[in-house]
Amino acid sequence: MKSQILRRLWAKLIEPLDGWLMLFLGLIFLLSLLVLYSASNQSFDKIDNKLAYTVLSLTIMWVIARTRPQVVMHFGPPLYLIGLLLLVAVHFKGITVNGSTRWLSLGFTRIQPSEIMKIALPMMIAWYFQKHEANLRWWHFIVAVVLMLLPVGLILKQPDLGTATLIMAAGFFVLFFAGLSWRVIVGGLIAFSASLPVIWHVMHDYQKKRILTLIDPMSDPLGAGYHIIQSMIAIGSGGPIGKGWLNGTQTHLDYIPERTTDFIFAVFSEEFGMIGNLILVGLYLLIISRGLMITARAQTLYGRLMAGSITLSFFFYAFVNMGMVSGILPVVGVPLPFVSYGGTATVTLFIGTGMLMSIGKLRK
Amino acid sequence: MAREKLTSLKNLRSEENQFQLRLVVAYGFMLTMFVLLIGRFIWLQVVQYQHFTTLAQNNRISLVPILPNRGLILDRNGVVLAQNYSSYTLELTPSKIDDIDATIEQLKTLVDVTPRDMKRFRKFQEDAKDFETLPLKVKLTDEEAARLAANMWRFPGVEVKARLFRDYPFKELTSHALGYIGRINPKEKQQLEDDDKTTNYRGTTYIGKTGIEAVYEDQLHGQVGFEEVETDSGGRAIRSLKRTPPVNGNTLKLALDIRLQEIADKLFGDRRGALVAIDPNDGGVLAFLSKPGFDPALFIDGIDSQTWTALNSDWHKPLVNRALRGIYPPGSTFKPFISMAALMSGIIKMDDIRPAPGVFVLPGSAHQFRDAEKKGHGMVNLQKAITVSSDTFFYKLAWDLGIDRIAPVVGQFGLGSKTGIDLDGELSGVLPSKEWKARRFARLGPAAQKWLPGDVVSIGIGQGYNSYTPLQMANATATMANDGRLFRPHLVESIVDVKTGRETRVNTTPIRQLPFPQTYFDYIKQGMAGVLKPGGTAGAIGAGLTYTMAGKTGTAQVVAIKQGAKYNAASLAEQNRDHSWFIAFAPVEHPKIAVAVIVENGGWGAGAAAPIARALFDFYLTGKVPPAIADDLKTATLPIVQAPPPAKKAASDEVANP
Repeated sequence: MKSQILRRLWAKLIEPLDGWLMLFLGLIFLLSLLVLYSASNQSFDKIDNKLAYTVLSLTIMWVIARTRPQVVMHFGPPLYLIGLLLLVAVHFKGITVNGSTRWLSLGFTRIQPSEIMKIALPMMIAWYFQKHEANLRWWHFIVAVVLMLLPVGLILKQPDLGTATLIMAAGFFVLFFAGLSWRVIVGGLIAFSASLPVIWHVMHDYQKKRILTLIDPMSDPLGAGYHIIQSMIAIGSGGPIGKGWLNGTQTHLDYIPERTTDFIFAVFSEEFGMIGNLILVGLYLLIISRGLMITARAQTLYGRLMAGSITLSFFFYAFVNMGMVSGILPVVGVPLPFVSYGGTATVTLFIGTGMLMSIGKLRK
Repeated sequence: MAREKLTSLKNLRSEENQFQLRLVVAYGFMLTMFVLLIGRFIWLQVVQYQHFTTLAQNNRISLVPILPNRGLILDRNGVVLAQNYSSYTLELTPSKIDDIDATIEQLKTLVDVTPRDMKRFRKFQEDAKDFETLPLKVKLTDEEAARLAANMWRFPGVEVKARLFRDYPFKELTSHALGYIGRINPKEKQQLEDDDKTTNYRGTTYIGKTGIEAVYEDQLHGQVGFEEVETDSGGRAIRSLKRTPPVNGNTLKLALDIRLQEIADKLFGDRRGALVAIDPNDGGVLAFLSKPGFDPALFIDGIDSQTWTALNSDWHKPLVNRALRGIYPPGSTFKPFISMAALMSGIIKMDDIRPAPGVFVLPGSAHQFRDAEKKGHGMVNLQKAITVSSDTFFYKLAWDLGIDRIAPVVGQFGLGSKTGIDLDGELSGVLPSKEWKARRFARLGPAAQKWLPGDVVSIGIGQGYNSYTPLQMANATATMANDGRLFRPHLVESIVDVKTGRETRVNTTPIRQLPFPQTYFDYIKQGMAGVLKPGGTAGAIGAGLTYTMAGKTGTAQVVAIKQGAKYNAASLAEQNRDHSWFIAFAPVEHPKIAVAVIVENGGWGAGAAAPIARALFDFYLTGKVPPAIADDLKTATLPIVQAPPPAKKAASDEVANP
């Protein structure tokens, strides 16, 4: 009798969830606990925090997952507007840390409005396209680009190249699945390449330095190149099978910077080696594959666009982070999805996952 | 209507196809990117695995050198002549400091940085590379060190370090024998690299520059130790993995007797000159003095240019090692040695009586060679000629001998060639010969190279081209005293291995036995013994001897006296007065000590140099301290710390290293 109730409760609990995604995320979560324990020098403080914000994130995800996509969709425009207003507020009244103005103080806590945009922007554009589903014309794409450039411009001003890139990517993925002309995409790529010198010209010195560092980390081994050199040493010395859990010398002797957040992949890679990397990349590939399956089966344009954008964003985060830590992409502040320590980013990721699940289960 | 619907359906289908295509494209793109990433992992983790492992190891493990303590230098009785003490220094690493001048200004508020410190630091900066750590101030007081340590966080690149310093307790007294150590300069660094010694000198900042410190550098330095420590990214040592302890430098025991050295020094007073005392039985150097000396401490941490210039331009030349590098005509102290040449040549027999007039005139010339004794010495044999130091007798003797019969015999005593003492920079002096003159004046042409008959005459009394170092004279005297056993003089008597305590004596076998009859040695030595008896040139010095002593006075001319003029010391500037020489040994029967003394511009031999030798012998052989200097002595009353007896161990050493 009691078990009957429990079983029904359990059924109610898992009913909105996607089993495959839960499995893959669960495995990644276990890996992330192992590597976080090692990266935080075997302290449980960060593990405890991570458990706490993961429970919170899962709750939010569950609520969204059992909400119909059509309902969630309508939160898009207000969320976008609020996000935009907050970004403007940041511009005028933001808190400056390390030379960039990204945070807004709410008295009891500070928030990073650009984080909202990671979800709000694709929602907004997807909502807009859904509204004009019947007769999408080229000017709708123009409007979408404007909707995208407003927050991106404000975030670039902060400056926060990493987040701006992520948001722009999320917006672009929506445009891509909405049928942005191949000619425009190819033309855009050519135009981008052509304008690189101009972009170089307007870039901040520290950004230029990051690019130069990428090309030749040894040019400034104790300055800009230091982080990337040390994380490459960590990955390389991990070798095919890794040094073993808790045995990473680069990690435990403090050579890896930001080792619980942006550079956590170096810790993982040092201790678990090439095998670990393949497992992690494999798990991401599985999540992405599942995401694309959901996208393919989505019933509405909004569903397709959102699911596609969220899935490609997961890929993009993972690729940019691993690429940067292993020295093939410039250092930008992008966390490793579902692994890096940090509550806000995790909440955002699970909101995305929740939407993906709701699109997958509820279809409309 | 239906058509319209069809189109829209068609559109829908094509739209659907479009979308599926895009999904495939996106998936393909992502796969490609992941493959790229995995390619990168293969490059880093498989291809470059060894490389990065090495880098990680280098990151993790650093070798920290542990410096060995430099070996001690002791005198023959165990008195410490060079030792180490620990002190704090304030050191700066220019590469880690943005604004050195500003930093020094701030440091000045904490410690007293003198202009001398500043000058020295500037000089280091010029010589050194930026990443080297340079001392700004050495020997901080405890209070200064504490004050600095408390403020160190304010000054990146500035450190207070505990270092060992070299201390020479007898300062000027031992400076020319021991030499000194100093900071390794770029040239020495290069030399160390060439000799493959860089590893052993990791962390070492000092090296022996001259004297015993330089010659025995390898013995004194020791073997550097290493500690393998695991370091974190901040360079902090986390834990020690492995420790190879250093091996301290070996202890050097000298033949030198510091009491003798000090008495010699006090006997010289402020006069310039040199004294070398040698044990004729093994060539051990008992005293090695060059006056004036200098304080070696000035050089250890780098001398400032002002002091350097002052020392160099001082006409007393305190930096010149006179005993080793001072070249003086030997004057009449040459006579015993040329006597051996005369006896060996057969031109004179031991009992031949010859005139010793007031004047010697070179055959076929008007040039007059005068005797110090205007009236001359009447008729004398060779022995007596030595005792009274008849110049005219020896002019004639040299003339009769000719240069070709002088140089080969005199040269056997080691005159005119390096003795091979364990010090650096020894000069060989000049033993004149036809070959030497041809070589020496090669640039002036055949006329100047040609040996003239007159050249040999003044050589008979130790003038002319003759010139030797006090060390050579002392060694030649010792060789005469011990009947022709020529030793290589040595300051270091034995080397004590710090690890095993084994004492290894340096090789003291004679270089050669001079091939002269014993009767000739006895004959000449008796002539020299006569010098200190009534009627000898130093008869007054020999008064009251409780042992037997032999010697020979000498007066070396600094300026030539014009024909017919009279030497008048008072009318000459001090630098132009004659040098006073004395060579001696005692006891005559079984000599224990031989000495050569020169007092620069001291006048005639018996006046300045001979009393020093007499007082020195009195102390060495009877323990009597000259009353005039007794109060000033630090060392004569020192308790004699006898080193543990060599016992059986040393005996076995002798077998092992005959």
